[in-house]
Amino acid sequence: MIRFALCSAYMALIYAFIFLPVAVLALFSFQDGRFPIPPFRGFSLRWHAEVLADADLIAALVNSLLVAVASSALALALGFLAARAVATGALRGAGMVRAAITAPLSVSYLVIGLGLLASLNLMGIGLSLGTVAIGHVVINTPLCFAICSAALGPATANAERAARDLGAGEIRVMALVTAPMIMPALLAAFLLSVTFSWDEFIIAFLLSRFDVTLPVEIWSLLRSGLNPKTNAVGSLVFMLSALAVLAVELAAARRK
Amino acid sequence: MTARIDISAVTRRYGATLALAGVDLTVEAGAYCVLLGPSGCGKSTLLNILGGFADPTSGAVRIGGRDMVGVPAAARPTTTVFQDYALFPHMTLLDNVGFGLRMRGMARRARQSRAAEMLALVGLDGAGARRPADLSGGQRQRVALARALAVEPDVLLLDEPLGALDLNLRRVMQDELKRIQRSVGATFVHVTHDQEEAMAIADRLVVMNAGRIEDQGPPERVYRAPASRFAAGFLGEMSFLPARVQAGRAVTALGVLGGPQTHPEGTRMIACIRPEHLRIGPGPALGPIDVLDTVFMGAHRKVRLRARAAPDVDLTALLPADTAPGPDLAIDAGAVTLLPDNGDTT
Amino acid sequence: MIRAASIETRDRRRALALAAPALAWTAAFFALPFAVMATASLWRRTDTGFDRRPSLENYADFWSQSAYVEAAVNSVEITLAVTCLSVLLAYPLAWIIAVELPERYRRIALALAVIPFWTSYVVRSYAWSLVLAKKGVLNGWLAAWGLGALDLANSRAATVIGFTHFFTMLLVLTIYASLVQLPRNLRLAAADLGASRFQTFRFVVLPLTLPGVAVGAFLTFALCIGDYVTPQILGGGNDLALPQLVMLQISRRADLPMAAALSVILMVLVTLAYLAMARWMRPR
Repeated sequence: MIRFALCSAYMALIYAFIFLPVAVLALFSFQDGRFPIPPFRGFSLRWHAEVLADADLIAALVNSLLVAVASSALALALGFLAARAVATGALRGAGMVRAAITAPLSVSYLVIGLGLLASLNLMGIGLSLGTVAIGHVVINTPLCFAICSAALGPATANAERAARDLGAGEIRVMALVTAPMIMPALLAAFLLSVTFSWDEFIIAFLLSRFDVTLPVEIWSLLRSGLNPKTNAVGSLVFMLSALAVLAVELAAARRK
Repeated sequence: MTARIDISAVTRRYGATLALAGVDLTVEAGAYCVLLGPSGCGKSTLLNILGGFADPTSGAVRIGGRDMVGVPAAARPTTTVFQDYALFPHMTLLDNVGFGLRMRGMARRARQSRAAEMLALVGLDGAGARRPADLSGGQRQRVALARALAVEPDVLLLDEPLGALDLNLRRVMQDELKRIQRSVGATFVHVTHDQEEAMAIADRLVVMNAGRIEDQGPPERVYRAPASRFAAGFLGEMSFLPARVQAGRAVTALGVLGGPQTHPEGTRMIACIRPEHLRIGPGPALGPIDVLDTVFMGAHRKVRLRARAAPDVDLTALLPADTAPGPDLAIDAGAVTLLPDNGDTT
Repeated sequence: MIRAASIETRDRRRALALAAPALAWTAAFFALPFAVMATASLWRRTDTGFDRRPSLENYADFWSQSAYVEAAVNSVEITLAVTCLSVLLAYPLAWIIAVELPERYRRIALALAVIPFWTSYVVRSYAWSLVLAKKGVLNGWLAAWGLGALDLANSRAATVIGFTHFFTMLLVLTIYASLVQLPRNLRLAAADLGASRFQTFRFVVLPLTLPGVAVGAFLTFALCIGDYVTPQILGGGNDLALPQLVMLQISRRADLPMAAALSVILMVLVTLAYLAMARWMRPR
């Protein structure tokens, strides 16, 4: 009984801590007033409306989606192919290849972003959404590689061998056998990459110029200090993500 | 439809280890050949070289007279039934079995009906819409077989195909394999470490050890008159008794065994005695014996004993349950195989 | 006998071809930039551009200027505090979810624990600044209970709170993962052999989950010490952390070489943390 009470109390406290900022953020996005701080002056949707009417924010949201989807697709392709290469066992120095491809996981995004910034400057490549996507592919490829590698095993290797034995060429082996066999892992890797890219700030901040992603646009909103509009953006992003997660969960549940 | 296999002087090296040390083997078209040996003997390497999954370091491999070295698996007239079946889990049985035909560009309708025929051949008619996960181990084995046979290979390679099945199912499937081989007529090469399975199915039994072929031939011949001490010991129980050639006969501590010997006088030999060679009947008698151990096996009694005349060798006799072991046990001298003793103890 | 293209050679070439795109990408956009950074850290900024003769002067500057060293010390202190606090907060929750809670509630409890992940990273820090602001929610409650106000806005404490919030969520996931892997029978066996709950935890559960905790803690350390957003939003401009200093070199002073040198020092700190924790990260 005491044990139950202790556990419940602890859970309640930690969940309160975890939810506190999100709850405050959401509540004061409805603030009928200029400041998102107590007292709560009444319920208003004007800040949400203002966000939806803000062309820069909407453009940034679209940019973010573009960068997230494009960079994740490329990262998944690179990671999947490399994972297959390592999984075949035919690669010489597979350990080195694995280490090289996963190396970016252990380096801070700030350092990756700065390094890319300096190199792009030296090469005379201008900053754009494309350079942001390049950076996001760098951070997401190791992730996709790791997830695909974990999904590939003796079962897939043997099925590939059987497919080849029955006359399938490399592309058909991948398209008809390997990819369908590890589809859940491919989806997971893609979605996780999209999430990381969608939420990533520092690389996007350093490598973008005129067109920016949503986190960077929100960052510039922050300059105006505490502002219910920022709350509204935050809650809208929250709802969007929640809907996406829900959709994925439902899709997964239906497949079963 | 079927093809002959010629393997000559094939070696395969992995770094410092020699997996195959000069293998020569010919399998007639349409034969059922079983490669038998302990794990690590090179039988799987040989199968991989036949299937196009590994290269020989040197030597020649011909199937139906065509040189196969460097030809990838897809371009060979062979298909393989893999050890864990390697079925495609996301496809129905029809799609699994029809996969090879699809790769050859056969239209969907035609390959589905062909796949259904193949499933019927292996006793799975009507199961085409199911998926591998719904099947038992034995059924998966059948699907793997149907899939490999659907493309009408000249040579079917089977890598420990029954290894994952329990004993009863294994015995049922080995009969099935033989029946299917007869009906499709392709050459089958089957790798196993189970000697009972090997003897039951093989037209041609190949016993391998340490990268070499120890003996090959019809199973009965290999069992009765093995060509090496390893082959003798690997195929069932065997006791080895030292012998020496005297006046053209192999003389042991238990008397003269085997037929006339052409080896020079004084050559050391080994007499290979199977449990069924000890019975009450004609032949040199054991004389006084010590019984070490008796195991009741239903119809038989397995007795481990030692003859006082040859106290260094444990003999095993398989006696009818009502026969007591005694000094009147005699060796069926004519059935005993004699091998030159070249000092190896395996 | 020479064979033109054997099967295994072809397999090897195919594998290499599959790995090549990822390797090329990593080389061009990760390894090369990294090399550029390391090289640039040896340059000097001049009035007209960069002096590209290699020298260690940036590193010497780092040691000689207290502002730089202080930022590094700040970063390490903040990161250590965050790592310890997050582990201490997350472990009990992960334990409750993995062990005490009936199995059917686990998934939902875990999903709830990471809900704030769904907001944008930048927004999460901003949300904490709302809570901790001078006239924010926290001080409102304190006032309602007749307690004095806390001045947490733009302070190191705010940074630590914001970080701890984020990493507690992350660590609940990693620690939960290592706890559920632990067979229940291990705990039952320990209890059966007379171990108390505490002894079971101390001698069975803790040693077996330590690698998972250590990996999570290292991840926390590495991500935390390299983060610019949280200290910038919550800590303000007073007690600078190392990443803030790096960004200052870029945005205010256009001093790429110094920024590069500071980044290298950041990497060294992460590597030291790795070396210090490596022996706990390996399962035994």
